[in-house]
Amino acid sequence: MKRLRARLTGLKQLWRCIGLQNRIFWRTPIAAFFTLVFPILMLVLFTAIFGNDDFDSVYGRVTSSQFYTPGLAVYAAASSTYTGIGITLASRRELGILKRVRGTPLPGWAYLGGVVISAVWIAAVGVTAMVLLGVAAYGVNIEAAKIPAMIVTFAVGTASFAALGLALSSLARSVSMAVPAANATLLPLAFISDIFVPFGSDIPLWLDVLGDIFPLKHFGRAFSEAMSPFSEAPAFEWHRLAILLAWLVVGALVAARKFSWEPPVLAGRTGRRQRRSIRAASPAVAD
Amino acid sequence: MCATVSAAVVVDRLVKDYGAARAVDGVSFEVDRGEVFALLGPNGAGKSSIVEILEGHRERTSGTVRVLDTDPATAGSDFRERIGIVLQSSGIDPELTVREAVDFYGAAYRRPAATDELIELVELQDKADSRVSTLSGGQQRRIDLALGLVGDPEVVFLDEPTTGFDPAARRRGWELVERLASQQRAVILTTHYLDEAEALADRVAVLAKGRIVAEGTPAQLRARAGSALISFVLPDHLDTAADLLSPLKGEIVGRQRSVQITTDAPTADLAHLTGWAQQRGLELEGLTVTKPSLEDVYLALVADDADPLHPADAPGQAVEAPDKANNAPLRAGEPSVRADEAPSQTGEAPEKAGESPEQSALDTGDEGDEDADAEDGSDGAS
Repeated sequence: MKRLRARLTGLKQLWRCIGLQNRIFWRTPIAAFFTLVFPILMLVLFTAIFGNDDFDSVYGRVTSSQFYTPGLAVYAAASSTYTGIGITLASRRELGILKRVRGTPLPGWAYLGGVVISAVWIAAVGVTAMVLLGVAAYGVNIEAAKIPAMIVTFAVGTASFAALGLALSSLARSVSMAVPAANATLLPLAFISDIFVPFGSDIPLWLDVLGDIFPLKHFGRAFSEAMSPFSEAPAFEWHRLAILLAWLVVGALVAARKFSWEPPVLAGRTGRRQRRSIRAASPAVAD
Repeated sequence: MCATVSAAVVVDRLVKDYGAARAVDGVSFEVDRGEVFALLGPNGAGKSSIVEILEGHRERTSGTVRVLDTDPATAGSDFRERIGIVLQSSGIDPELTVREAVDFYGAAYRRPAATDELIELVELQDKADSRVSTLSGGQQRRIDLALGLVGDPEVVFLDEPTTGFDPAARRRGWELVERLASQQRAVILTTHYLDEAEALADRVAVLAKGRIVAEGTPAQLRARAGSALISFVLPDHLDTAADLLSPLKGEIVGRQRSVQITTDAPTADLAHLTGWAQQRGLELEGLTVTKPSLEDVYLALVADDADPLHPADAPGQAVEAPDKANNAPLRAGEPSVRADEAPSQTGEAPEKAGESPEQSALDTGDEGDEDADAEDGSDGAS
């Protein structure tokens, strides 16, 4: 009955966990929609509304698709990592899945690593799809010499937002807190971070400063510069990457201090109550 | 401490505090390989806290705990390799199929069970390729069971394992647990169901408010109840019940004015009671004689934490003195001051007992206290 063998190495466990997370992601249509389809829909809509004309932006005079493609790609990446990881882990904690994992020999880092790397992978799919669409359908600029900057910016940005997603899942005690918390932080930021709205230099100073504090603007600007026709190769925005790394550290510290595998009080009680009322309704009677 | 190296689980004077509240108060027991040990008690008794400490999910406040000669609080993957946990509060990814879940969690272990055989063992072969989210409550409990066994554990923790099973599945679940023990695994079971403890457990520890108030085989516990149980209600306006109660041979438990006597001499005791009542022209309201069940013992034990019926012979006894102290007032004719202190339990439990003597779930009103306390304490632990 038993297949005796050595335990899988940590890396193989990690690989299995990534595979599992990917499988679960594609079976959750609502997550796939908001992470991948929704940003592309926005690109199509914005470009249709503004007619893909040239206008003045923080990147100089560019077409609206040149402005929106990298910005919305970054938005997709941030929502896959930050929102995706935050909600996924809060939900699994509430369902007691994290607690189950904790009771098996599966290393915790491999499980969480699977969640994070899978989210980064999904983000890569979303960003690639967005950029390809922009280039193919709207003639968005992309240069081979700046592709390394795109890749590095993507890596640093998703790592930072993944850490913030872990922090979010650690602070939100339940899914019903994690979902609004994720949206209430990421969506307003998208409006003041040159993602949804091309303010250019017209933005009020306090909104400009507010945007500068948080990481989304730096992720978006760094990625946009790497795709801009006016930037000079290799187009690395080092100071923005440094700010993203600082946010990575903040997220990782919060997660390290606050992350819990145990279901929250409220859910634990509700879960038990529900099970109990089920039992009360249909008591198991021995024959 | 008293190092029985062979015992799979050794718990010695275990204490767990959540803030100021003491959930586990000096509990000691041992479980051998091949043995099924049941922790029986109402909510808030400390069952979950004890089991979670043994599993390594929680840290203890003091005392010694060895599971497979390892301290669960500091143990790592090698320890979790050898234990299997079936919790009520742990879920399964609803997007996975039964087979995928068994495969995934099995791969974490060195000796994963063959997926198909395990699925067959818990009778989910028809559902093997269905999503976990589509399973009924009973089916979810069965996949819980499968995931607890997937690593071929030496020690198995079962938290109310058959809750939600239909009667037939429940019987088969019991057979499965018996088979686990026959394979030389140690099984620790928590349950509200007395018949489950009675059917499965080699030994039962009854917990009340963090202490073991009785421990022994189901037969030993049952023997404490004597061969008959006489119940009646004390007549009103009785200044003293001493002349009624003190000559009785059996053990007396009183709650408010309701009296229960467990006795090995039912004829003599009954004769005394009826003779006393007839002399005074009184009717003893609700007078019945029944065969006591394990449940009667249990209810007496958990009715009040300082109120063990018979704290004499079994090991792991927590309290001795309050026994006499508690029975004495009744004999002296001052019916049960103590009983008033725990109205929720005294009010509810006997009713349930009456409805389904074999089966009552023994939920005693104060639901969730344990959970709440437990979780409050868990915030910092990660």
